[in-house]
Amino acid sequence: MLEILNLLKQYGSLVAVDYLNLKIEKGEMAGLVGPDGAGKTTLMRILSAILPPTSGSARVAGYDIIRDAEKLKEKIGYMPQRFGLYEDLTVLENLNFFSELYQLSKKQKDEKYKEVFNFSQLEPFKDFLAGNLSGGMKQKLALSCVLLHTPEVLLLDEPTRGVDPLSRRDFWRILFEQQKRGITIFISTSYMDEAERCQKVAFLDKGRLIAYGTPKKLKEIMNEFLYEISCDKTREAKSVLEKVDGISGISIFGEKIHFTLREEKLLANIKNKLKDTGVEILNLRRIEPSLEDIFIFLKQDKIEIRNG
Amino acid sequence: MNLKRLLAVSYKESLQILRDIRVLIMAFAIPLILLILFGYAVTLDINNLPLGVYDQDNSRESKEFVESLVQSGYFSIKDYVKNYKELETLLEKSEIKIALVIPRNFSAEVKSGNKIEVQTILDGSDANTASIGSGYLSGGLLLFYSKIAQADNTPAIEGKIRIWYNQDLKSRNFIIPGLIAVIMMIIGALLTSLVIAREWERGTMEQLIATPVKSSELIFGKLIPYFLIGMIDLLMAVVLARLLFKVPFQGDYLFMFLASGIFLLGALGIGMFISILTKSQQLAYQMAMLTSFLPAYILSGFIFPIFNMPLFLRIITHIVPARYYIKILQGIFLKGNGLQILGGEILLLSIFALMMLTLANLIFKKRLPE
Repeated sequence: MLEILNLLKQYGSLVAVDYLNLKIEKGEMAGLVGPDGAGKTTLMRILSAILPPTSGSARVAGYDIIRDAEKLKEKIGYMPQRFGLYEDLTVLENLNFFSELYQLSKKQKDEKYKEVFNFSQLEPFKDFLAGNLSGGMKQKLALSCVLLHTPEVLLLDEPTRGVDPLSRRDFWRILFEQQKRGITIFISTSYMDEAERCQKVAFLDKGRLIAYGTPKKLKEIMNEFLYEISCDKTREAKSVLEKVDGISGISIFGEKIHFTLREEKLLANIKNKLKDTGVEILNLRRIEPSLEDIFIFLKQDKIEIRNG
Repeated sequence: MNLKRLLAVSYKESLQILRDIRVLIMAFAIPLILLILFGYAVTLDINNLPLGVYDQDNSRESKEFVESLVQSGYFSIKDYVKNYKELETLLEKSEIKIALVIPRNFSAEVKSGNKIEVQTILDGSDANTASIGSGYLSGGLLLFYSKIAQADNTPAIEGKIRIWYNQDLKSRNFIIPGLIAVIMMIIGALLTSLVIAREWERGTMEQLIATPVKSSELIFGKLIPYFLIGMIDLLMAVVLARLLFKVPFQGDYLFMFLASGIFLLGALGIGMFISILTKSQQLAYQMAMLTSFLPAYILSGFIFPIFNMPLFLRIITHIVPARYYIKILQGIFLKGNGLQILGGEILLLSIFALMMLTLANLIFKKRLPE
């Protein structure tokens, strides 16, 4: 449904997408994860056929992004990161405009409006100007507009950025409903909990795909032991850990520190060192890695894992 | 091109226009204000020019002469003075534009039928008014002279001037048609230059280009409401010109609307072209101002006669579309010209419109800028 081949996008000397290869099957929901500036938006724009790549190719919904750009646009629903609807038009006027652009018949329109009002709960607000809606409602309206023509592929660029947690959950509920109908979804996000809900996750860093697979499979990549430590002097503890041989990834999660250890037996040594510097360990345990741990681990070790 | 999608774009654009007070002001209020201003205040005719008189002669003849000047309506006597010093003060304070000094021997010269001479001092700081005023004054003198000559039954050669087309020589009669061209440029170029740029700035273009809408549907769909605004403004201008300002109209209304439609399409084409090119409202506005509005104002013969311009500017005026449109409008309004006479201008405007619209369609790409 979505296939990317050796895709390269350069802006001058800056490489935004670095020879990327990726395949998403029909009906899958895939998450695109990476820090700001990783190239997520660029990739989404290229796949929506509104930004030409420097080289390489991609097919979305069976159409080539360069040769069949306009046909492709009839089969996809693209939600840009920035709200792309008209704030000075009402909810209904926005929906009407997009259903005309996608040339829906009267009957299709009636059916679709019923459906989108059903999941978006926007019907009571249909005469509100889109600019007056809350962030969460705006995103639901934007999603509604790109679902009107029943696309085969949804390309969503950080749709839940800056949206409150309740609306985020609502938004995801709608996405799962759509996925059940067989729509393929490619969604970029900077929230790891959202990525965990996807069937496949692609890690993007500096334009390169550093890992792709199911969340479960990605977690198996980490062949080291992950520990979580909580102590009274987090910062001192971190600087001690940094000097220990055999520790690779150290990252602070609030009051806690996560670190990976190559061998389990090094643990006693670490405990002693921390005690010597006057750090009191409150809790130290081995944990299951989250996607965030994996991402940080992969970034630090510069390990590159190919598809599969 | 799909009509349904085209109309959807037009409808959406119309809704946005109706909800944007700034656009409405520019579309309807500014043309109206310009019409009123130019119709009433801006006139190149001079009436009631303030005049200071130092009558050294103080005779019946000199008084008659001054009276004849006042009768003409071009002058009004501000003050009679007794010496040069007072005249000077009046000029310095700008209370008078022209000082008239009638010499002591004025009545004697009149009686003897000699050449009459008066001294005039003009305020050159307003050169335009001064030169027109001095022209009126010598005309007044000539008139006075011929009157006396007739009274004496001395045969005098008299040239009779007949003015065609704008018999009253009212500048308003040719300014209003010219102003219509300027108004069409405001709608066509200034207002339209913002329409594509606005979508880029507000982020709505990114959503739009990811839909199957075609470039031509987008461009023409956006043009339709602005075309209608231009035509409404034209109607408003013609109604005001005829009813309020009593500008004569000799030609055919339908022909004028058709010719204006062609010019408007060209103007819309430039606006659209600039808007696509710049992607920023502010830059687009400035570019439209510089390339369309100002030339239409200055280089079209609207106010400043083209034959008075230096050669290189005269050459440039040939590529200012408003020049041809103003010629068409003045021809239709004042002379009743039709297609036989204005065909060349119509053809040029048609080519221009076709060129700009094609160009706008060619350069618009459904792609994000790099």
